[in-house]
Amino acid sequence: MRLPWQKHSTPETRASLEPAHNEFAIEVNGLSKTFGDFTAVNSISLSVGHGEIFGFLGPNGSGKTTTIRMLCGVIAPSGGGARIMGYDVVTESERVRENIGYMSQKFSLFQDLTVDENLKFYAGIYGLSDEKFAERREYILTMADLHGRENEMAGDLSVGWKQRLALGCATIHEPKLIFLDEPTSGVDPTARRQFWELLHDLAASGVTLFVTTHYMDEATHCNRLAFIYRGDIIAEGTPAEVKGDLMRDTILRVEVDRGEDALTALEGSPGIAEAYMQGSMLHVNVGERTEAEADLTGLLGGLGFTVLGVEPVEPTLEDAFVHLVTRQREVSA
Amino acid sequence: MSTAPQTDELALDVRDLRRTFKDVVAVDGVTMTVPRGEVFGLVGPDGAGKSTLIRMMATVLAPTDGDVLVFGRSVRTEAAKVKPRIGYMSQAFSLYRDLTVRENLEFFAELRGVPRKDMAARSARLLEFSGLTEFAKRQAQFLSGGMKQKLALAATLISEPDLLFLDEPTTGVDPVSRREFWRIISGLHSEGITVFVATPYMDEAERCDEIAFMTHGRIILRDTPAGMKNRVPGRVVEINASDYRAAMPIVRALPFVSSVEVSGEYLRVLVTRDDATAETGLRTALEAAGLRVDRVRPVATDLEMAFATLIPTAVLPHHDTTDEILAVAE
Repeated sequence: MRLPWQKHSTPETRASLEPAHNEFAIEVNGLSKTFGDFTAVNSISLSVGHGEIFGFLGPNGSGKTTTIRMLCGVIAPSGGGARIMGYDVVTESERVRENIGYMSQKFSLFQDLTVDENLKFYAGIYGLSDEKFAERREYILTMADLHGRENEMAGDLSVGWKQRLALGCATIHEPKLIFLDEPTSGVDPTARRQFWELLHDLAASGVTLFVTTHYMDEATHCNRLAFIYRGDIIAEGTPAEVKGDLMRDTILRVEVDRGEDALTALEGSPGIAEAYMQGSMLHVNVGERTEAEADLTGLLGGLGFTVLGVEPVEPTLEDAFVHLVTRQREVSA
Repeated sequence: MSTAPQTDELALDVRDLRRTFKDVVAVDGVTMTVPRGEVFGLVGPDGAGKSTLIRMMATVLAPTDGDVLVFGRSVRTEAAKVKPRIGYMSQAFSLYRDLTVRENLEFFAELRGVPRKDMAARSARLLEFSGLTEFAKRQAQFLSGGMKQKLALAATLISEPDLLFLDEPTTGVDPVSRREFWRIISGLHSEGITVFVATPYMDEAERCDEIAFMTHGRIILRDTPAGMKNRVPGRVVEINASDYRAAMPIVRALPFVSSVEVSGEYLRVLVTRDDATAETGLRTALEAAGLRVDRVRPVATDLEMAFATLIPTAVLPHHDTTDEILAVAE
């Protein structure tokens, strides 16, 4: 008789399962973390497949970093558990840390060490052989476009280069899973795009990426997303699925003089589910109402505003973020 | 009577301002003015010199050369007269973690010499203004990132400045908190306070009265957000294709395409052709490569496109090539 797990024990299937011990790169079951009487993470469950770019979104203070710290085996959960590349974050945290890369918003670089010295330091931590280090160094210098800057102090590099060097340091041991906690915070739009090109290349080579970001245009590039609010996951799925019910609503983009005053005037008006600024424009969610465009123009006109244009727009993840938070606040209010 | 402009009507009058650090030129001859009451946005790539410029205007860093007049007073010779009128929230603005929200405000009030009799009324007003009233007794370390930024702003406002410098105040702040932060800025604007803000978010730049693009230590353009978009040479076409990454090199290679940007899962393409042959050409090229094209349509230019096309991104590290870069920009 053969037990279910024994079917994997033939040599050829075992080889094909290396190094993925598990169906999922990340598997989280009822994970919780409390600090005193404060629940930072409230029994969340999720799974991330190998090679996926998984976006972890939510307002500041909603539990994102706490979750990542538990998944990296840095802090112990208060309840539930998680397996990372098949390893248990509590009982096998050492193995977890060997198998992952981690890059935070603070780019853990030594500012007063050179590019080369930073790479050497991280190679030392992971015990790379000289040969392996030479190979990885070459790869990272090319990837990060840092050739010719090997002897510059990390502190003197521009933010874009620092960020790519930090990614290089986090991946020097070729982890199959990388946690990126707001890797593009404060980085200019062009450098952010270049950084995401690197992330796509990593994902294409089979690396799993778990990313937090406050830039919703970046979130769009994820295969799947989870949205965490006050410790609870309140939405999950592909970017399109996370937009969810918002896709059935109509969102009107309104160009109006004194947008901010118009927003104040609209708040609490009947038939306006949500209104907020998007750049210099107003975005107004009118639900499933018809003829809302004329109504809205009339409403704003009656309040003394000049409407320069109204048109329906396809909701973006930015709209979804505002929608999810607004709805959740109403629920808890 | 002098015929010189009433510099007092200007919040900022920056005159050939320079700052070098050893052999690095961080700010390379900036001349600009900001009228009173404006929300003025400073935008530029990382390392452009934005923070250095702001620090000199805020009297915390001495210029190597040139001067800044703040409401007509020199930061070099009259800094003591400038300081009471300005507030400066740096990227490294730090709160006292173990003090409560209210205690932090009181601390900064004392630091800025706010008369004791005014303190209670001012902090009550600022707490209300920033939506922090119900958190007045919470220690700063237990605030979320968005709330910390609001408290930092409130602490900066405690001295009731007429001019506020904000250096990337919403970095790391979520979309909803960013909007709340900007509602506060909008409130300051309607009270007549001048706001000078550096931001990496183009949707925030969009909300400023005027913006300046800075790169390599210089201001290369200054305009309203609408004016900035009008400067973009060409029109923008949005493409929704089955695989935008595969589509990129194909689109980029077309002769009438001058720039390609990823916007979410779409491509935004700057085309130099005025007529629909651009759209047809794009669709044909992508379909010929075996990609499914769901949509090709003209869209309004946004500031991201202005940022990408009007600011030269060529990495030319040496100072003597700045003129070359500027020549490209013009």
